[in-house]
Amino acid sequence: MTGQPLVRALNVHKAFHGNVVLKGIDLDVAAGEVVCLLGPSGSGKTTFLRCINQLETIEGGRIWVDGELAGYEEMDGRLHRLHDKRIAAQRREIGMVFQRFNLFPHMTALGNVMEAQVTVKGKSKAEARTRGLELLNRVGLGDRCDHYPSQLSGGQQQRVAIARALAMDPKLMLFDEPTSALDPELVGEVLAVMRELAQAGMTMIVVTHEMGFAREVADRVVFMDAGVVVEQGPPLEVINNPQHERTKTFLSRIRQENDEYAAALEERAEAEKL
Amino acid sequence: MIDAVPVRHPGRWVAVAVLAVLAAMLIDLLVTNKAFDWDFVRQALVQTPVIRGLLVGTLLGTVLAMLLGVSLGVVLAVMRLSDNPVLAGAAWVYTWFFRAIPRLVLLTIMGTLGILWPDGLGLGVPFVHQIAHALGGSADATFATVNANKLFSGLFAGVLGLGLSEAAYMAEIARAGILSVDPGQREAANALGMGNGLAMRRIVLPQAMRVIVPPTGNETIAMLKDTSLLIAVPLGTEMFFQLEAIGSRTFKTFPVYIAAVIWYLVINSVLMAVQARLERHFGRGFGTKPTPTDQANRTTMLGLAAGGAR
Repeated sequence: MTGQPLVRALNVHKAFHGNVVLKGIDLDVAAGEVVCLLGPSGSGKTTFLRCINQLETIEGGRIWVDGELAGYEEMDGRLHRLHDKRIAAQRREIGMVFQRFNLFPHMTALGNVMEAQVTVKGKSKAEARTRGLELLNRVGLGDRCDHYPSQLSGGQQQRVAIARALAMDPKLMLFDEPTSALDPELVGEVLAVMRELAQAGMTMIVVTHEMGFAREVADRVVFMDAGVVVEQGPPLEVINNPQHERTKTFLSRIRQENDEYAAALEERAEAEKL
Repeated sequence: MIDAVPVRHPGRWVAVAVLAVLAAMLIDLLVTNKAFDWDFVRQALVQTPVIRGLLVGTLLGTVLAMLLGVSLGVVLAVMRLSDNPVLAGAAWVYTWFFRAIPRLVLLTIMGTLGILWPDGLGLGVPFVHQIAHALGGSADATFATVNANKLFSGLFAGVLGLGLSEAAYMAEIARAGILSVDPGQREAANALGMGNGLAMRRIVLPQAMRVIVPPTGNETIAMLKDTSLLIAVPLGTEMFFQLEAIGSRTFKTFPVYIAAVIWYLVINSVLMAVQARLERHFGRGFGTKPTPTDQANRTTMLGLAAGGAR
């Protein structure tokens, strides 16, 4: 089935208590593609990401992942809601990385990476340990496997979270603002792991404010605002030459913030030199 | 080095003096007052019926009632938090009912429940007899019949009463524990393909235990004391009742009460040590590494307990 997108979203609608957050999102993501979702906060990009993984249920439209309709089954022309077990099975194919890491605090780094391999995939502990160590090494934390999350820095926790998601051998990885809760000096190490993952051919959908990452790694950026996709295309085109007013406003504000931040850093560096 | 004059605390010295005098008075009372009759206390402590009562009614009763209370309480808490309104409502009604009944009253009733089934309590498919009768036939699906008067007596009725009552309190404690876990934990588990039951067992409950264990320790200690109510069932194989019996036979009532106090103090100390251990176990990963002081305290506590057992 070449040519079939790995993720296909069609006219997705979502509301929270009457407050409409997604107003008809259409998006196809091909296997191996890296898509960055950009947009101001409240634009619905995180909600859309959570809909793909069924952490939110959608009120209208359809989402297919790998050709399979998410959350429902079509029989006799009607949609039937899937049983929780089937939904859990669908989620197994999708890795998710959260803004606040959400590591299991009562387990070590290795324990976090092993947990679902054993309890969901039914692997033996020895197999899960081998794979866990391999993944922790891949994210550069082979020497931290016996540490509890509270003993790791934010950047290290997020890298463990990525390893934990990869341990399920997902076809698709979702990243929900993976660096937003990090101290600035820790952002780089997480982005490096994500870049490596993208180069290895993983299909990724990334909600982010890191323009540098989007420009360099994404195959396509999608700009969302107020629950709709405003424009999308290759990163250089959208970021350097946005067509829509809303995209221009957003990008110039981000640029300004980044400039101010860079200036502040420079100032501090000079102050430290003196 | 700073060599400063430390702040003086004259209030502390006053407090020390007052407490020292009070302690001296207490020791004087314990040693000189003949009513204590320490020799008799020592003998009463280790009488065979007392020890048997301690093991069966007091200790086994506490353990079994707490096992029933905790497991049923967790089930009730999960029901209470369920999306299913019937389950949530049933759990609420349960808590409402059993929290309202005093344990003494509940245990008394438990001992008389046999009156509901004078012909024995049948175990089988319910209502088969009635339905068959309504259809003009007769059928019975009773596999076994137990003597209800015998069943609802002694340790079984006592543990059932205390455990059912405890479950109502444990349900609230477990619910608070489950609600204390960040919802992101369950989401992360779900995102890994774990179903709700698995996520609850492996991810949410172990973290909830950190909040559940300390009040459960209190409940266990309260349960230990409430086993003294078991005579209401009636269950005579219980430590306090046996000591009282010795007291009324020998007319030395006061010394046997002292013996009971000593046993309760000893068992409580052991329970506190166990609780401290559990709290450390479930606190792992939360930055509650044992400090040297904790370590020292633990050693002293366990040392005491071990000495008592020998």
